[in-house]
Amino acid sequence: MDFKNRDIISIRDFSKDEILHILETSKKIESKPDPELLKNKIMASLFFEPSTRTRMSFESAMRRLGGNVIGFDDPNTTSLKKGETLWDTIKMAESYSDVIVIRSPIEGASRLAAEAAKVPVINAGDGANQHPTQTLLDLYTILKEKKTLENLNVGFLGDLKYGRAVHSLAIALSHFNARMFFISPKALKMPDSYLEELEQKGIWYREEEDLFKVSRELDILYATRIQKERFPDPLEYKKYAGVYRLDRKLLDHIKPGLRILHPLPRVDEIHPELDDTKHAVYFEQAKNGIPVRQTILALVLGG
Amino acid sequence: MKGKTFKISAIKEGTVIDHISADHTFKVVDILNLKGFDNVVTVGMNLESKKLGKKGLIKIGGRHLTKEEVDMIAIIAPKAKINIIKDYNVKDKFRVKIPNVIHNIIKCANTNCVTNVYKVPTKFHVLKGDPLKIRCHYCERLMDIEEVEMV
Ligand SMILES: Nc1ncnc2c1ncn2[C@@H]1O[C@H](COP(=O)(O)OP(=O)(O)O)[C@@H](O)[C@H]1O
Ligand SMILES: [Zn+2]
Repeated sequence: MDFKNRDIISIRDFSKDEILHILETSKKIESKPDPELLKNKIMASLFFEPSTRTRMSFESAMRRLGGNVIGFDDPNTTSLKKGETLWDTIKMAESYSDVIVIRSPIEGASRLAAEAAKVPVINAGDGANQHPTQTLLDLYTILKEKKTLENLNVGFLGDLKYGRAVHSLAIALSHFNARMFFISPKALKMPDSYLEELEQKGIWYREEEDLFKVSRELDILYATRIQKERFPDPLEYKKYAGVYRLDRKLLDHIKPGLRILHPLPRVDEIHPELDDTKHAVYFEQAKNGIPVRQTILALVLGG
Repeated sequence: MKGKTFKISAIKEGTVIDHISADHTFKVVDILNLKGFDNVVTVGMNLESKKLGKKGLIKIGGRHLTKEEVDMIAIIAPKAKINIIKDYNVKDKFRVKIPNVIHNIIKCANTNCVTNVYKVPTKFHVLKGDPLKIRCHYCERLMDIEEVEMV
């Protein structure tokens, strides 16, 4: 499988085998990272939207393999303000670097950037659309915890309407015959277009508002933040935000092997009293961003 | 009555677009820019059809369609048939065919899509032709016929 020079834009671009190849390579890189692997390579990190965690994770991944990082994380300081087009910024960055990592609030910007650039482009989030390295690190975390990705019962909790991490993960897990439980208030339910896509792939799913009605079946619970702004009625928000605040009470309603993931940052959807339990793996998950991003950088750079 | 109406609108040279789903007849009129056209145009709507229940039909005198125009019709009216009229006779007849990829002609319904923000040419992948389901190559937004607007 040759990933050299390939763009990493959307989880939809990857077959099951390709996903598994990335995850297996991540395992190898995590157990034996080569600090010289990407020596003399330069990553351009173009963040047209502020981000702390994703940007730091990519930079750390690159530097720990011996590579260098250039770029910006505040679009106001770049010439973009002066009306330079995205296309021109990418053409400039490609001549300074071996790989481009781009985050943009505009959906589809990363795909366009990939068409502009001769060097490989990695999408670090394009608006509400895709964030493929997040999805791959989510899968890596699940694989590490459960030793398999096949036939798992996966619950998605919270804002399923706007949560791109949820959308991509559901699409990715459809390769692995997951049974999916979409737990959310009606106002934030999984969009019909995704449900249809899953149906077409023959994926079993169930929609449910009450977490405790299904929690006992779950192997994985993927929790997300519910944002107040999403609700027209503040009382509605209170009702649901309260219900989905995970705490020790959850422990009476789960399988012993349940693992809880969260893309972070959390506000108050998960009480810190769960942090020390074996179920909580969200900090592990964040840490897994490093080997997975190292792998992606190494693969596309042919390292 | 029906036969009579059509005799009146017989054309010598031109194109007859038949089997348009009735609801979308005027959308086809729009995309072909027939309002400003100065040759004979007959538009029939809600005509009886065995296949479609009701259908639309457009006869355009003195005009032949480009491939791009036929593609646009396929998007809006996937069951449409194009008849080429020469010397009052149907010289050629074919069903429209939706391309796998649609370039340029459709606008993305997502206002935050890079194609709308930077005015780059659009591109859509056709997942299903009838009923239409397409995905924006850039923002990955799914669209159906109700959201389709031509650029
Ligand atoms: N000379 C013409 N002028 C205008 N319309 C015509 C002409 N010849 C055929 N048509 C129309 O084109 C369509 C296709 O014609 P034809 O192949 O004869 O019939 P059908 O497809 O119904 O078997 C019909 O709707 C018919 O009314
Ligand atoms: Zn789009």
